[in-house]
This record gives sequence, structure tokens and C-alpha cells, in this order.
Amino acid sequence: MKKRNVVIKLIVNNHPGVMARITGLFSRRAFNLEGILCGVIGDGTHSKMYLLVNNDDRLEQILKQVNKLYDVVEVTLLDQYNEDAFSHIGEVGREIQPEIQLRKAQ
Amino acid sequence: MKLNGAEITIKLLEQFGIKTIAGIPGGANLPLYHALNKSSIQHILARHEQGAGFIAQGMARSTGETAVCLATSGPGVTNLITAIADAKLDSVPMVAITGQIAYSMVGSDAFQEIDTYGITLGITKHNFLVRSAAELLSIIPEAFYIAESGRPGPVLIDIPKDVQKEIIEINHWPKKRPLQREESISSDMIEQAVNMLREAKKPVLYVGGGIISSQGTDILITLAHKNNIPVATTLMGLGSYPSDDELFMGILGMHGAKYTNYAFYESDLILAIGVRFDDRAIGNANEFCKNAKIIHVDIDPSEINKVKQASLCIEGDAKDALEQITLMIEENDRKEWLNRVKTLKTENPLYAGIENIPEHPVNILKTIYDIADKDAIICTDVGQHQMWVAQCYPIHKPRTLLTSSGLGTMGFGLPAAIGAALENPDKTIICFTGDGSILMNIQELATMADFKLNIKVIILNNGHLGLVRQLQEMFYDKKYIATKFMTNPDFPMIAKGFGINSYDLSFEEDYVSKLKELLTNEGGCLINIPTDSNELVLPIVSPGSGNHVMIGA
Repeated sequence: MKKRNVVIKLIVNNHPGVMARITGLFSRRAFNLEGILCGVIGDGTHSKMYLLVNNDDRLEQILKQVNKLYDVVEVTLLDQYNEDAFSHIGEVGREIQPEIQLRKAQ
Repeated sequence: MKLNGAEITIKLLEQFGIKTIAGIPGGANLPLYHALNKSSIQHILARHEQGAGFIAQGMARSTGETAVCLATSGPGVTNLITAIADAKLDSVPMVAITGQIAYSMVGSDAFQEIDTYGITLGITKHNFLVRSAAELLSIIPEAFYIAESGRPGPVLIDIPKDVQKEIIEINHWPKKRPLQREESISSDMIEQAVNMLREAKKPVLYVGGGIISSQGTDILITLAHKNNIPVATTLMGLGSYPSDDELFMGILGMHGAKYTNYAFYESDLILAIGVRFDDRAIGNANEFCKNAKIIHVDIDPSEINKVKQASLCIEGDAKDALEQITLMIEENDRKEWLNRVKTLKTENPLYAGIENIPEHPVNILKTIYDIADKDAIICTDVGQHQMWVAQCYPIHKPRTLLTSSGLGTMGFGLPAAIGAALENPDKTIICFTGDGSILMNIQELATMADFKLNIKVIILNNGHLGLVRQLQEMFYDKKYIATKFMTNPDFPMIAKGFGINSYDLSFEEDYVSKLKELLTNEGGCLINIPTDSNELVLPIVSPGSGNHVMIGA
């Protein structure tokens, strides 16, 4: 069965404006963004981002637009991912523990 | 060698071949201006940052080379934004350099501080906030590379004042990053396209700005003639195919000729190259060429399947695609199809019945075309006059029509004409504008006067925001609101105030001789031509309809 959501994994240049660039693209193009996990990797020049997005007919366009961004180094589409990593966002009493969630997602 | 960030910036611009910059100085870019003192670069002092941005655009659009504009922080940036957004939508290579308050102060709401990076995120191809002078050595070459590579576009570099003043030791200058040749389109893709073209009985070429960016005009003409495919362009594509060619059908879409849109509706194959299926060009996307297959070639993969699913998607350079297709495709006279298009054209003439009305705007344009230098660069503002130019003023060569297409910015015309005049001193520049548009950047008449530029500003003056008035007439029950100007300024007198020759044309006199005199005289001038506010841009696709549902002849 086609999953409702998929995850886009990004490797991006790490600088203070990069998060705004990614989320700004989503708001400008009216793409839905259901969740984000993000952190610095390696020597600090890059970050890894996981974007939870709807698996609908806009996905192709989202991937193409993300790919075009100069700060985006690598784009991978994950249709298999640990749903727990995103599932507790917004649930009262089950606040997220980033260190655990991130480890699971990887 | 010890240099500060500002000196490094200006030096790099020189090394990258920049000869002219348009801009306005202010507190946060003073070090950059100080560095210009010792530079070979000519600075054009605009009267408003939007003017500076459009002057840079006029330089870039008329040459194809990246142009640079300069503004200070805060209001300098907000004024510049329209010109940047305009460059983004029309894929114009431009580098905007803005001063920013000292990085150590960023976030404190300091005087003239604004989040330039945040504000320009969505309207640039890319933007940079520079954090150290050393970064300039990589950022500036990257900025030019990004502006020019693939699908061109504007790049903004925001440089805080302390970075401009930071002194570093420089031993090696970075080279301009060479543009990589786009990967050649695979022969397999080309073969599929050629097969579709062979099978097609009624193909049309739908081409746009991508042809001009890729310098694909010659090969486009060769392909069209070899296989006898009628050609329509977008507004951005005007000039990519000669207007007097028998296969040319003008622009398509909202104000395309009826026969053009009908031919598209009847066609069985759309060869779409360097276009983005903009709503003004294709109308209701679901209704557009329902019975046709689509081959979409574009250098920007995100444009393919964005608004219309293509039968064959080819990501690559327009010129490359045209060359390969032309090489493989056989000659074909397509007699039946061309006859059908000809019949459609005869049955649906543009502006029938205006022959004896010399003061009709379309006839004014035709009169001017007959008189004017055929090598002139035409600039327009936005509105009815722009659409009449697009429909009826013959444009034969790439980069000889500069017009704000995607953003549709009133106020574009005059500063863009200034930019074109600066880069093309041997050419006449004709700027068609309206009484609404000209007032949106009329201050640049001062910049035009500064450099005694050979620009003929022609105002088609109907006392209205004509295109909006037309929409109110046709689709808002003739309830006119806010489209008639309560007063109408004396434009010739305004021009005189700026030190520019001007003339108030009247159809009572021998206006043709007068126009001839005005247009062939050396130097700039402004000509005010009264027009009837009841004249409409026709035909028009009714809002929300397919292109084949058109109103008016």
C-alpha cells in the first residue's frame, strides 16, 4: 500500500540561514511539511535534515525544487523510515526525546 | 597584498569583467563606494534603488551578461526587491550587492537594519550573507556562477559593514568559475522526440526565453523551416524567432491572436522548448491543447511536469535539443497543416477594421515601426501598450525586446531602457510606456539626462490604468473604480524639467513627419501621444477558460 507520508533526507550546507531556506521553500510553494528533524553532522560544515512530507502528486515537484537549492548537497527519498521518530510531535505527555528519536531514525 | 572586504569585492567585480554598476550609496555600503574611487568601474547613480535594479536588468537583458547593482541596507534593500523578484521570474542573470549593518550588530534592530537574507530568500536564485572578508573570495565567484549557470537568475550578496572594512592579506585571486557545458541530451531521448515529430500531422513549436538564453535562434529557424512547424512564442520568447517569418504565429495565450490559439488547440504535438507553461501563455492548464502530445525541453527540471504533464520530458539545453532534433529529422512540407493554419489566420485577423483609424494605438505602433531604426532595442512598461507591442510591433532578433513578463512590473521600462542604452551606445532605444507606468519610475528621467542617453520615451497616454480598466469593462460589469486618473500631469513639461527634449503629439498636425523627426534626431526625448481609453487589447481569453475560448477579434 502507498504510504501516506514519506521522508526526504537532505544533506545541506550548515550555516545560520539554511533552515529558513528549506522551510521557506515549503511555504512559498505551498507544500505541506509535516515534520522536521535536523542536526549538524561531521566537522560541522554540513547538516542532515529529515523532512516528513505527504506522499502525493506534489512529491515530484518538491524533490525537484529541493534539489535545485544551492545549499542542498544530497537528496534521498525514504519510503521506509521509523515512524516513531515523528509520531509523538504534538502529543501531550509524550514529549520528544531528540537523542532517542534521532538514533532510531538513522 | 592587504585589502579590505570592500576593496576585494570591487577588485573581483573588475576581474570578472564588470564595467558598469548601477546603485545608490548609503550608510551601510560606504566602504564599497569608497573602494569604487580607485576602480575602473563606471558607477551609474540611479534616483531610486528600484531604478538601479532595473538599469542592471536592462544591461543584462540586452547583452545576456550578468549585471551588478548596489544598494545600502534597510530601505535600499526594500526598494531593490521588486527588481530582484522581476529578474527571478524572467531568469535574468544579475548580482545584487547590498550593504548590511555590522555583523556584530545584526539582530539589534540597528538603524536601517533589515533581514535582507530572509526577505530575499524566496525571490533570488540564491543569496549569501557574508560573515568574513575571506569568504568573499569564494562567495563572489560562486554568485556569478549561480547567476549564469543553467537557468540564469538573480543572486544577492549581503555584506555587513564590518566585513567590508575587515582587512586581510591576499596572495591568490580566485578565477571566475567557468560555466560547465550542460550534459548533452541523450540520443535516445532525441530519437523519441524525433519519432513523435515524424508521427505528428499537426505539430507546433511553443518556445520561450530559454531559446534566447541558450542562443538557439538560428537552429530554431532551421528546424522550423526544415520540418515546416509553425512557431508561437511566449512574451519572453519574442525575438527568438523573426516576426516576419511566414511560420511565425506571434505570441500565444491570453492576448495571442485567435488563429494562434486555435492552431494550438487543433495541433497534435506541442514541441515546448525553453518555456514554463505560464498561465498567461496556456490559459486553463486542463483545457490547453487537450488532443496534443507534449514534448517539454527545459534546462530547469522543476519546470517539467510542474503545471502540465508532458508526454516526453527532456531535461537539457534548448539549443542542444534543437541541434540534435534538426540533425535527425527529415524535411517535411506539411502542406495540409500549414494550409489549415493559413486558413485560420485569414479567418481570424488581428484588429480587423482599424485601417482607417490612424490614432488607434496599434496603428501608432505600426507607424513608429515604419519610421524607427530597425536595429532599435524596444523596451516596454506593463499594461495595454505592452500587449499591443507584443502583438503588433515586429521583433526580429533576440534581446531587442526588453519587457517585464513574469512579474509584470509597471515602472520597468524607463530604467531598463537606461541599462540597455548604457550597454548599447550605438543603438536607438525606444521605450513604450503608459501614463500609469511611467509615473512609477519617472525619477529615472534624471539618470537618463545625466548620461544624455539616446532613449525615445513614448507614452501612450489614455489617462487610465488601461489594462485594469479593460478588465473592469469586460468582466466587472463596467463598474470602473480606481482606474481613471483624476488629474493627468503634463509629461512633456515634466521631461523639460529634467532637461529632456519632449513633444506633445497631436493627430491634427502632420504627426508622421513629426514622429520621424523626433525619432531620428540624435539624443533622448519624450513623446506624449494621446490615445482613446476605450481601445482594448483584443482578443482576450476569458478568465479561467481554455485558450480556445476567446473574446473579441
